[in-house]
Parts: sequence; C-alpha cells; structure tokens
Amino acid sequence: MGMNQYLDMFIEESREHLQAINDNLLLLENDPDNVDIVNDVFRSAHTLKGMAATMGFEDMSSLTHQMENVLDQIRNHQIKLNSEIMDVIFQCVDVLESMVDSISEGGDGKEDVSDLVSKLEAILSGEFKSEETEVTAETGQASEETAGKEEAAQTTDFGLDQFEITVVKQSLDSGHQVYYIKTVIEEECLLKSARAYMVFNNLESMGEVIKSVPSVQEIEDENFDDAFEIVFITEKSEDEIRQSIESVSEIASVEIKKLDIDSVKAENDQVAATSTEVKQEENKKEVKKPGSNGKNGGKKVKAAGGKTIRVDIERLDVLMNLFSELVIDRGRLESIARRSGQHELMETVEHMSRISGDLQNIILNMRMVPVETVFNRFPRMIRDLAKELNKKVDLQISGAETELDRTVIDEIGDPLVHLLRNAIDHGLESTEERIAAGKSETGVVELKAYHSGNHVFIEIRDDGKGINRDKVLKKALDKGVVTEQEADSLTDQQVYDLLFSSGFSTAEQVSDISGRGVGLDVVKTKIESLGGIVSVESTPGEGSTFLIQLPLTLSIISAMLVKVEDETYAVPLSSIIETAVYKKDQIMHAHHQDVIDFRGKVVPLLYLKNIFEIPDGENPDRQEDEISAVIVRKGDKLAALVVDSFIGQQEIVLKSMGKYLVNLFAISGATILGDGQVALIIDCNALIK
Amino acid sequence: MLENEAVVDEIKAIVFRLQNEEYGVEVEQVKSIERLETITRVPKTPPFVKGVINLRGVVTPIIDLASRFNLPETEYTEETRVIIVNVGDIEVGLIVDAANDVIDIPVNAIEPPPEVVGGVKAEYLRGVAKMENRLLILLNLNKVLSMEEIQQLEQLEG
Repeated sequence: MGMNQYLDMFIEESREHLQAINDNLLLLENDPDNVDIVNDVFRSAHTLKGMAATMGFEDMSSLTHQMENVLDQIRNHQIKLNSEIMDVIFQCVDVLESMVDSISEGGDGKEDVSDLVSKLEAILSGEFKSEETEVTAETGQASEETAGKEEAAQTTDFGLDQFEITVVKQSLDSGHQVYYIKTVIEEECLLKSARAYMVFNNLESMGEVIKSVPSVQEIEDENFDDAFEIVFITEKSEDEIRQSIESVSEIASVEIKKLDIDSVKAENDQVAATSTEVKQEENKKEVKKPGSNGKNGGKKVKAAGGKTIRVDIERLDVLMNLFSELVIDRGRLESIARRSGQHELMETVEHMSRISGDLQNIILNMRMVPVETVFNRFPRMIRDLAKELNKKVDLQISGAETELDRTVIDEIGDPLVHLLRNAIDHGLESTEERIAAGKSETGVVELKAYHSGNHVFIEIRDDGKGINRDKVLKKALDKGVVTEQEADSLTDQQVYDLLFSSGFSTAEQVSDISGRGVGLDVVKTKIESLGGIVSVESTPGEGSTFLIQLPLTLSIISAMLVKVEDETYAVPLSSIIETAVYKKDQIMHAHHQDVIDFRGKVVPLLYLKNIFEIPDGENPDRQEDEISAVIVRKGDKLAALVVDSFIGQQEIVLKSMGKYLVNLFAISGATILGDGQVALIIDCNALIK
Repeated sequence: MLENEAVVDEIKAIVFRLQNEEYGVEVEQVKSIERLETITRVPKTPPFVKGVINLRGVVTPIIDLASRFNLPETEYTEETRVIIVNVGDIEVGLIVDAANDVIDIPVNAIEPPPEVVGGVKAEYLRGVAKMENRLLILLNLNKVLSMEEIQQLEQLEG
C-alpha cells in the first residue's frame, strides 16, 4: 500500500530507463565494441532491477537480473556481441515495456519471462564455459545483494560497484584524476566528525567524492575511529588536495594514492573475491547524497541539469484554462478603458496587459516539450521495419531539442510514424534496386525539426526513388480523383499533392507496413486539425521530402477581428498577408469571379457574406464605393476575404466547439471576445482551393 | 421482488414545455438551465442548430428543440429557457419554451411511445408517462443528438 505513492514515479522512471536502453542498444548495434555504451545499458538495467525489486515486481527484476549478467559479460569481453544476442536483448526490452505498461494500467506486471530468462542463460553458458563459475559468482553475488534489499541501488557491501567503476573509468577517460585518500584524524580530537566534515567540504569544492569508508552517515554519527578512506575524482593535483586537507586542523596524516583503471579493477576483483573478509574488516559502504537513488545511475554522469520538478500535466492545463479566462477579461478591460478615456485607468490596464503578456509567455513555455519525446521511439521502430522489409536504413535525426506545445506533441506522433513508414516502405528502393541505380546500399531517411518564426517545421526526407508522376496520375484516374482533361494540365507539384487526397495509396502491394487503405489523407487531416500544413516535394531518382509546418502553440493565437454585417469573425494572423481597401472600380472579373490585382498577382475575391450566408445586419459598417479585404494565403495561393470592416488585431484564446458540431465548413474553432460574445475563427485553408 | 421494484423505481425528470406539450429529460443528463442569451450563428449548419453561446467560458452549441422535431418555431419570450444537457461527451443546450418543474416518475407509469406524439416521431422518445392529470413525453436524448442523423440531414441538404 505504502508503495502506491511511488508507483507513478516508478513507472515514469522505468520508462525513461527503458527508453535509454533502447537508444543505447541501437547505438551499440552500429558500434558493437563500444564498452561505454554497454556500460550505459548495464547501468540502466541495474537501476531498473533495483527499482523493480523494491516495488515487488518479481518477474521484472528477475528478467533484468539476467539481462544484467549478460551485459556484464559483454562489457568484460567474455561474450562477443552478435546480432542474435542483440535480438534477445531487444526482446527483453519489449517484454519489460509491456510489463511497465501493464503496471501503469493497474496490472501486476506479471509476464512469463522463463523463456527469455532461459535464452539469456543459454547465452551465458553457451558462449562462456571456462570461467563461468568465477564470473557468475561475482555478478551473481552483486545482484543477489542488490536485488534482495530495499536499498538495492544504494548499498553494496563491497568495494566499488559496477556503477562506480564506470564513473571512475569515464572520469579517467575524460582526463580527470582519481585518488584514493586516507585521512587520519588526531586521536585526541574531540569533534572528529566535524573535522571529517570539513575535509569533505574542502574536497567537494574541488571534485567529487564517489566513495567513502565508513559512509558519510556513519562519519556524521561519529561512528568511526580515527581514519576514513575516500575515492575522489578531481582535476586538481595531488599537492593541492593534500594542502586542502591539511588546512583542516587536527589532521594527523593524509595518504594520497593515484588510481588508474587497472588498480580500480584489481581492487574490485580482489574485493569481490574476498568479499566476506572485506565485509568483516571494513564494512564498506557507498557514499550517496540523500535523495539520490538508483535514478542517478543513469544521469549522474551526464551534466547535472537545472533544478526541475515534475508537474502533473493536468495542473498545467487547469492553469492554462484559468489564464485563458484572464486573457478574455483583459480584452474586456482594455475595451472598457479605451471607451472611458480615463487616463489612470488606461495606464493601469496597459500595465496589467504587459504583465499578463509576460505571464502568458511563461505559461506557454511551461507547456513546451522537446520533440525528442516523440522522436526517440523512432530509431527502434525504423530498425524493426528495416529488418522486416530487408532494407538497410540509416535514420538521421536532427533538431530533436526543438520544442512544441504539449498538445501538438501528443497528436503529432501518429502522422510522423505514418510518414516515416511511408518513406521506408514506398520511398526507399530495395537494396538491389539501389545498387543497380548506383546508390549506396543503405538508404538515408532524415528526420529534421527546426524553428522558423511562429512555426515549427518537421521534415522527413528520404533519398529513395522519388514520386513517380505517371503512377500517381494513373492511380488518381483509376480512383476518379481527377479527370483525364485535368490530368494533362497538372503540374508535378499538383500531382504530388494528389497523394493527400482521400483513398489514395500508391503501393502496388498492400503491405503490413503502410498502404492499409488509410493513406496520407489521414496524415493531412490530422495535421490540419492541429493548425498545420503538410506538403511534399520530390525529385525523381533522388528522393522525396515531406514538410510539416506546425504552430508553436495551440491555445492562444494572434488574430484579426473583422466584422461582416452584425457578425464578428477572427482570422488567424498566421494566414494573413495584409489588409487592404480597394475602390469598387478596381475590381475585375475573370471566369465569373471577382478578382483584384494584388502586387501584380490576380487574387480572387471571396465575399464572406455570401460564403457564410450572413443575414443582413441593422446598420452595416461599410463604405458604398469601397471594399475592405483581408489578403490571406495558403501555401503560395492567395485570396482576398471581403469584409465590412476591420475591428483590429487581438490575442484570442482558442476554444473548442465541442463534439456536437463536427465537420464545420471553414470554421476552425471559436473564441470568446471581451464582451463575452463568441466569435468564430475562420479556417482560411478551407476557403482557398 | 417484482412488486418491490415497481414501487421503488422512480426516475427524476426535468419538465419543460414545447408548444402545448410537456416533455421530460432525466435529471442526470441535465447540467443546468439557463436564460437565453446572445447566440453566435454558425454558418452552414442544419437549421435547428441556432449557433453557439458562451456558457461560463465554454463554447456550447445550441439547438432549437422545436425545429429539431420539425415543429413550427415559436418566438423566444421571457419564459424561453436553454437546458444544458450532457450525453456521452457531447454538451449541448436545448431551447425550450419554458422549464420550471422537477418531478419523480414511477417507472411503471412509463409506456412505450405511440408512433407520433405531439408531432414528434417515436424514435426520439423514450416513452410517455401518464401521471395523475398530465401526460409527460420522455425524450431519448441519445437519438435527438445523434451524430449520424445530423450527417444524414447534411447530406440531404447538400
């Protein structure tokens, strides 16, 4: 019962570790001899095991335990990594993921792992016979102790544990020094723990104490004799350390020994071999700062980031909603203040607007999540897909740190999966075809995210065969998407855009991967529902690029409010090029359509009154001989929306119209104005054909 | 056992007036009853969808119930009310001529609806409750607010 409060944390952290394992395994697959990566995986597995054991998820801990044993032998070069072993480990991760899923859904995380465990055991015994006993004894002992106890991840009863050795190794690799320091305090010293504390304090200003015997806790409790031993990582020299320690009074002697990797290992092996002896003799314990548990295993080595807290996303949503209300009131206050003309009131309101503007930025920023959270599941997916299709694929991800609103992040995953699958299944040629075409065997799929203005762009590029115009056209004709006459006059770009029309799938064979009847039109619909745009470019023989443009945030947007008869509409600023007033005699006619000349371009006039069937108002606010128009764009197509008057630019809060009104024509949502009235937001994309 | 149930089972219903008939919807489905305020028209929707209102910060669609049932629309008066109902994850306001009563209806007083009652087709009804001196028509809101029907209507118009 008491564990319940930790369950969420457990699930979250388990997912993080599994993700880390997945990522690292993929790296490892390309670089099988890199021990650092094995170590990373090992650490994550080790932490997982400790957490699972603590939470009482037996199957999970026994599986991770075996995984750990295998990994341990891999990094000690006792097992040679091959693709069969990789596959088994990947399977383990899959099973672990499903366990965590089951736990998060309230299940018990139980799953039959005996099959996998025996596979892992087979790897252990099959590849490795001569030294088996020794090695399993070592790792076995380490894991038994960790798995068995609550403090699994925190306490080990012998020398440096695997994690610490790794830390030492990495520190040595990155040019730090590792010292063994034995400090003896004068016998007659009264406040030994205080002196010891000062030593620690001095040391910690110069580097990191990764281990202390006796433990810091015991030292603080004055539960030690005169001496304590420390393993210390620093960039400073031996002399500086000595000076620093000796600057503390009542220190009898300081012994400093430089450690290298061999001595660390040797010490560890020896300690492990004689662990009972060591236990009695020294009762070593590991130093950990309070609150740090196994989680640090994965993170400690990385740069310690800023201080963070986890906040329930629902709370942020509530905050956002409350703030939206405030924005509406702000709008109301602004209009009242303007009307009243009172200077003081206007000043105060202006100040308030500025502050709430800042507040708005902060709140919106809090909701921003790096796209990494979506991207990081792709490498694994691509690996499996490539194997399945027998293609060689190199997925290159860049810009994973680009941030997007959480709402967008939650929705963007599926469309991206679809596009990536598409790129690999339809985009990339088979290995033979690639060789025949003189390309490298391995196809490159690039997934790129970047910021530009008020938008985030996500690009999916493949270096495959490109889009076959004739094939697309033939299909479109078959499906009746276009007529023969139309087909001839279409530009390449227009043909490519046909891919997004509904019921379209160019794969000749319906494969398991894509082409399940639902096509790119689903992707398009989804992205447009997020206020985004998707487009495609292609060069035959060189590949295709899908470009997704997404708004930075979905909740508050800038819009131009316009009036038509008695109704008010909002046009998102993102689709407006400019507003303009034209004399009636500037209007021209072409193909039964009113058009105007906008900087040398012929732009059709769309009368909102007609399009939205707006009833005549009481006293329309418009000029007889002029028209007011909002020039909007969709891609590079323009249109001029004819309105009666412009009200002005304003920040508006997007509100959903609920689930009852669906498939609305050219309306993307609603907002509440300062006077409490609802105004509809025009979806310019739907108006421009 | 059966008798017991018959005695115990009652449903609480909000009673409202539409034309000259009295209708009921279960209290559980009703979120609130509001006065009619300014409605923002939504273009290209079926005629019974009057638009959307700002219901304490939530944009809520409003439909005219009389028009939904193809009854002649009445003028909105001081008595006109909007009943905000929740069905599944749909929240909608229904314009009615008046709403002012909550009553308990014994389940055994509810009879299956005849083909047409007060001009409303049986498929929109849950039943008719015969109380001492009044007749109450119980609505089947799921059907009244059904999406498929709206879409069918749209197709007919389109």
